[in-house]
Amino acid sequence: MSALHELEDMWHEAKADPQFQLELAGHRRAFIGRPTPIYAATRLSEHFGGTHVHFKREDLCHTGAHKLNNAVGQALLALRMGKKRIIAETGAGQHGVAAATVCARFGLDCTVYMGTEDMRRQSMNVRRMKLLGAEVIEVTSGSKTLKDATTEAIRDWVTNVRTTHYIIGSVVGPHPYPEMVRDLQRVIGDEAREQYLALDGKLPDVVVACVGGGSNAIGIFTAFLDDKDVALIGVEAAGKGIKTGEHAASLVGGRPGVLHGAYSYVLQDGDGQILPTHSISAGLDYPGVGPEHAFLRDIERVEYVAVTDKEALAAFKLCTLLEGIMPALEPAHAIHHAGVIARELGPGGRILVCLSGRGDKDMDSVDGG
Amino acid sequence: MVAEATRLENALRANGDLKLVAYMMAGHPTRKRSIEVGKKLATSGIAALEIGIPHSDPLADGPVIQHAGQVALEHGMTVSGALEVAEAVAAEGVPVVLMTYINPVLAYDPRKFAAEAAQAGAAGVIVPDLPIEEAEPVAGWLRSASLDTIFMVAPTTPPDRIGTIASHSSGFVYCVTVTGITGVRKELPEGMPELLSEVRKHTRLPVAAGFGISRPEHMKTLRGTADAAVVGSAIVAEIDRGGDAVSLVKELLKACR
Repeated sequence: MSALHELEDMWHEAKADPQFQLELAGHRRAFIGRPTPIYAATRLSEHFGGTHVHFKREDLCHTGAHKLNNAVGQALLALRMGKKRIIAETGAGQHGVAAATVCARFGLDCTVYMGTEDMRRQSMNVRRMKLLGAEVIEVTSGSKTLKDATTEAIRDWVTNVRTTHYIIGSVVGPHPYPEMVRDLQRVIGDEAREQYLALDGKLPDVVVACVGGGSNAIGIFTAFLDDKDVALIGVEAAGKGIKTGEHAASLVGGRPGVLHGAYSYVLQDGDGQILPTHSISAGLDYPGVGPEHAFLRDIERVEYVAVTDKEALAAFKLCTLLEGIMPALEPAHAIHHAGVIARELGPGGRILVCLSGRGDKDMDSVDGG
Repeated sequence: MVAEATRLENALRANGDLKLVAYMMAGHPTRKRSIEVGKKLATSGIAALEIGIPHSDPLADGPVIQHAGQVALEHGMTVSGALEVAEAVAAEGVPVVLMTYINPVLAYDPRKFAAEAAQAGAAGVIVPDLPIEEAEPVAGWLRSASLDTIFMVAPTTPPDRIGTIASHSSGFVYCVTVTGITGVRKELPEGMPELLSEVRKHTRLPVAAGFGISRPEHMKTLRGTADAAVVGSAIVAEIDRGGDAVSLVKELLKACR
């Protein structure tokens, strides 16, 4: 707890420090490649029946996903705290790659925890992390995916807390992580709202984002929370279908509970044991979700739905063919749901999708599917 | 909140000798076997027995105890099953301390858990992932069922926080001797005597040292600084390999005197 209190204080101090913000802005521009554009997906819009679909292009961030927004900010914080060793957990490997990337950039020592099952699904990202100088530790316990990688990273952190900063990749884990990661990811929505307004002075009807832990979704939603006319929709992984039990939809199919130090919605059995999850997309394969999403669901500001593996795969292929943009399987869930809403809204509707990452990493899963 | 000494407090207070607290996992390797082992441990000369209620995601535990919990869960152990194991073992007269994580307690209903744990004869409860800031209302339910609530201090806990943690604790204060998780370690960390004496400044409760303690020489080091030593992974590993946990305990007890 002392380490978390210290982290909270350090974060609030850094956040309020103009020098820190200036440095962060510089790295966002020159290293991450921000602002990322918004893009009119015209052929997809036409395919969906005439609703205007735009993408916020987080796939164009350096390293291929929004994860770097958070990793850069937390690396700067680690430097400020004088910690030279970074640890991270990763599911799809995008956060692991982002952590390894910032460690290479800032000369920090990097250890990434990754489940055996995810290492198999995302072998290219494992190779990238190793080339970036990170040590990738295989996690063989439990379900061998993101949940267990997170558990191992927390254990490492409590063991080496004096020298080590733990960069959590999503808006999960104990406070202040959900808040800090949101603060670092809200740049997505802050940019997107301004860019969208610049099109024709109007806001979208709906903003859609995929939700695993929920960092890209919080990142884009935060800027729109006060725009009461903008519907916000989070899309979870329904895997093989909610009814089969093989899914990763914590908000749609879970109950309140505690996982990794946060009270939120959790996939668990009647005895509070965490259930195994399934999703074709490693980045959504997590039995919990950020506590702020739980809150946004309970106050009914955000609606949460779930999309199956099959639907996400079809959306992946559709988007690749019609737009020449290969989305990661995670945002492919959001693209599928954008199609569902587009048909409801009809011509003239306005949808903004957070395209949180690119799909090169998913070639093996897609070929197999 | 200082009332008369609880049963656990009396059992753990060192009087020349270091007291030994053993740990076992309910349902490991099977329900039946864990009751047998528990009964033997109960009468082996230990001051108290910690009984783990298995959880799928035991953040504070190392590989040995995590594995034991997984085996127990695979064999169908549940929270209510673990309470039955505790009841059978507590009947031998040893003070039983239940150790589990907050999510199984929340899922079971903390009020019901407290009542049934007390009914099973448990003396106290440890929930390592329940920080004092979030302890209520769960700790309140435990207290009103006359169960001791044991909180943990770590080497990274600042002195003022040690005082707060101690004031929330009853029965004893659990002093985690290492930064990290449970599991056998060769040597105890250097700063441990200082940590134990810092904790003593803040409490009159017995102080138990735990995590990483497994060898007779560790007992000798702790004698005179801690009231009690908690030995977990070494005993669980012995049970796991079908060995004789009681002779391990007896060997450790020799070094306590």
